[in-house]
Amino acid sequence: MNPLAKLLEAALFASSRPVPVDELAALDPEASPAAVVAALGEIRDTYNTNGHGVELVELGEGWQVLTRPEFTDAIERAQLAARPHRLSGAALETLAIIAYRQPIGRAQIEDIRGVNCGAILRSLQERSLVDVVGRGEGIGRPLLYGTTPLFLEQFALRHLEELPRADELSVTLRTEPRAI
Amino acid sequence: MTAGAAPGDPFVVELQQFNGPLDLLLTLIRDERVDIYDIPIARIAEQFLARIRTLGIDQASEYLEMAARLLRIKAQMLLPRHQDDDSWEDPRAELVRRLLEYQQVREVSDMLGRLAEERRSRFARAWLPNQAVEPPPGPLALSLGELLAAVDRVLRVAREPHIHDVVPRPLDVDGAIATIRALLQLRAHARWYDVIRPSAESWEVLSALLALLELARRGELRLRQASPFASLVITRESAGQAA
Repeated sequence: MNPLAKLLEAALFASSRPVPVDELAALDPEASPAAVVAALGEIRDTYNTNGHGVELVELGEGWQVLTRPEFTDAIERAQLAARPHRLSGAALETLAIIAYRQPIGRAQIEDIRGVNCGAILRSLQERSLVDVVGRGEGIGRPLLYGTTPLFLEQFALRHLEELPRADELSVTLRTEPRAI
Repeated sequence: MTAGAAPGDPFVVELQQFNGPLDLLLTLIRDERVDIYDIPIARIAEQFLARIRTLGIDQASEYLEMAARLLRIKAQMLLPRHQDDDSWEDPRAELVRRLLEYQQVREVSDMLGRLAEERRSRFARAWLPNQAVEPPPGPLALSLGELLAAVDRVLRVAREPHIHDVVPRPLDVDGAIATIRALLQLRAHARWYDVIRPSAESWEVLSALLALLELARRGELRLRQASPFASLVITRESAGQAA
């Protein structure tokens, strides 16, 4: 690997969060953003072709070194790291609505889901997946919620635009009998 | 209506598995294989009511509200209308809109679930779980001798407890009164430092002060202080002399 790639590898190894390209570029004043992107590609290819236990992934508006899925069970068994708890279906629905409609108030979320969402909003906030991003107009100036950088990180999204656009979703229900 | 499952099919479901009335309704529409744009409201409402009979009371309100909505739509559908009435609005329209919107949400949440699952199977550097799982401590392997030796070490390290003796030291107000009276027998005027010797202990000072106040109250003497912290001037009261 070239010296820049080694420098970036060290920085990515040291960081506990995804590192954006501009922060990586700041490591070497002489490196252009294009050179940084090229070096990131070199690291990723090295990890992929030389048989490494980790890989370089672009997510959460940055780059991060992650372990490969095949080693997850062994790592967890040895209690070296633990997976975050799985989110419930209700929590995922709430998160989906916030991701698409942010900033959005609790009343609108409950209107779409048809159920009370107070407890779920609190737990999503505790897990730092959503946060209050402002206050709406109208009675009581309701709190408005939005997703956090950790949301992108924990769903391996590079940015919010990576979610499929509303018109790309299959809106209509499939009414044909399901194959069993 | 397609020739699907007959109404009243013994299709047992746990209500807990639904994320709300819209979720249940959407599942019914799927299971009954009906067209969402032309929902057979009477049949779906009947199915819906059958499913919510097993509901716990705490989550019932949201499902009951939907049941009421379905029954109202069913009633509206029964109202007579002219064949070519353009102004007729399908009472199911709002429900269909909400169902389609919810269907979209469910599609996205399924996708988010898959993404999260994929990401969960990879660890980042120095990822610290919120709820760190401490490995349970191993069983204690220790002989009685070792345990006693450990206790001994702890006891030796522990400092001797420092014990304070609290003893009552009553003030001697009566004694001070006698002293002051004796003094005022000899002189008409006295000062604070005539009553208190320089090396007096605090209980003696307090006793003298209380004695002076007591005698002043009884009218045997008068106390005067020119300015704060100045020395007290004690004057014999002739009236009290008789007492």
